[in-house]
Amino acid sequence: MALPRIRIGRVLAYVAALAVSAFILAPIYLITIAAFSSFDAVYEYPKNLVPREATTETMRVFLDSDGVTDSLRRSAYVAAITIIVCLAIGTPAGYALARFSFRAANPFQLALVSTRAFPLIIIAIPLAVTYLRVGLDDTVYGVALAHIAFTLPLTVLVTASVFAGISYELEEAAMTLGCNRLSAFRRVALPLALPGVAASAIFIFVTSWNEVFAAAILTFRNRTLPAQLLAALDTSPLTYRLAGGFFLLAPALVVIFFIRKYLLTTWGRVAR
Amino acid sequence: MTTIAQETAPLTRRKRRWEGLPYWLILPTVVYLGLFFVWPMIQGFGLALRDESGHWTTSAFQTMVDDAAFGDAMSFTFLLILVIVPIQFVLALGMALLLNAKLRGAGIFLYIFLLPLAISDLAAGIAWSAIFTERGYLNTVLEGVGVLEQPFIFLDPTSKTQLVMVVAAAEIWRSTTFMMVILFAGLQGIPRDYVEAAEVFGAGFFQRVRHVIFPMLKPSIQVALLLRLIFAFEVFAVVIALTGSGATVLAAEAYKWQATNENEHVAAAYSMVILGLSLAAAAVVLVVLRTPRERRLR
Repeated sequence: MALPRIRIGRVLAYVAALAVSAFILAPIYLITIAAFSSFDAVYEYPKNLVPREATTETMRVFLDSDGVTDSLRRSAYVAAITIIVCLAIGTPAGYALARFSFRAANPFQLALVSTRAFPLIIIAIPLAVTYLRVGLDDTVYGVALAHIAFTLPLTVLVTASVFAGISYELEEAAMTLGCNRLSAFRRVALPLALPGVAASAIFIFVTSWNEVFAAAILTFRNRTLPAQLLAALDTSPLTYRLAGGFFLLAPALVVIFFIRKYLLTTWGRVAR
Repeated sequence: MTTIAQETAPLTRRKRRWEGLPYWLILPTVVYLGLFFVWPMIQGFGLALRDESGHWTTSAFQTMVDDAAFGDAMSFTFLLILVIVPIQFVLALGMALLLNAKLRGAGIFLYIFLLPLAISDLAAGIAWSAIFTERGYLNTVLEGVGVLEQPFIFLDPTSKTQLVMVVAAAEIWRSTTFMMVILFAGLQGIPRDYVEAAEVFGAGFFQRVRHVIFPMLKPSIQVALLLRLIFAFEVFAVVIALTGSGATVLAAEAYKWQATNENEHVAAAYSMVILGLSLAAAAVVLVVLRTPRERRLR
């Protein structure tokens, strides 16, 4: 009696999983075929759900549009600064949380977690005012500084969790064999932590690449890709928006592949 | 004796030197967040509550409330949350259970389910506008299978209900994964024996979810709802991409006052409203889903 019931449940589970997958993939598929079809195909109705031909016409016109390649370059630049500074500042703090018990550890950790209750919007508007005063307005540095503020707490928490997963005894062993604390960290803990730290860098990249609000408020002419797209939403043709949307979305397909395991093990735990 | 003293002296000195180390390691983070997180936030309060000459005033809030868009933004934001969060919660729990069920091809499902986590709300808005627009994919399909005679205008700026549903669809698509990740981590923390024991005693799937998984998952549910509600008040680009000027939300008004009207005081007032609502929502979740200490798993 029990066996067929389980089998029906199993079948239903597969049906549900396939349905959810289809729901998630459909918009990604549609924007991808739209971005790689001709102008005529983008505007035609009824639409073709299976593309007749793949052309780079829509993509090429988008990339040749005013300011697009610059905005792409700026987005990459902002993300790179954000990753470097976040890891340079955040990794030591994460290491401290994982390796030492010190009096400020708990309050520090609590403060990091509670930053998540404060939306980026709240710090973006005052930053815009300050930037005008100090001349950081409309620069990639200004945007990067805001993105670092937003991603740093999670970077510390995630790297702390990565280091906590690496046995301290390995470092101690290295120290008894003649390493000092710094070289033990550099030659033992860091190489072991590297995949986790890399995953963390990738996540910082995505957050910065996707961020719209602060980027749109802090820049005026020197826009990042999302800010550029947002500003052009109601003035640009459909082909421009679809190609831009695809560019914005495309990294997700690659990025998730590399960090999927870390997302479930580390982020799920750290998020609380 | 002297040899021991000679040996321990550098040791204690070294130990004392390391005692300061964690503080040096966290110092850059603390300084950075102080400068670029805490200080701007304090400034934000100042912007919202003081005028150009530094006098305390509520005029920014007055301007905000008197603006017709304030009520619209408020109601649209709340409507969105009411539609999105319950559906999203059930869907996220279902997806987490599916991933936990160890299906064949679980790796592929995992990859697909996680994809939206790395997709921005602007990209989601653009993708879904291609679906919902009058000459879009949804009308193509609905006409193709004969449900519609002619294209239906989903993005009708005069219909609030339709706009809420359309934005909700895009937001559910984009941000359910975020909840799923937290719930899945919680599921992993539930010992298999508990679920198996319930199974042995004859509990069906829904009984197991209700009586074993749900109570033990409560701390994760709390966190997932908490963070999701906080982020829900920040909803922004997806609304602009889908509705144009047909609908507005709190963050979109903050953006408009800052970027278009160049009035940072009213923009800051909006951001304070968003902060207040986020914290209130967080407090409600914490109180409603309180877990007594003795029943915590870890």
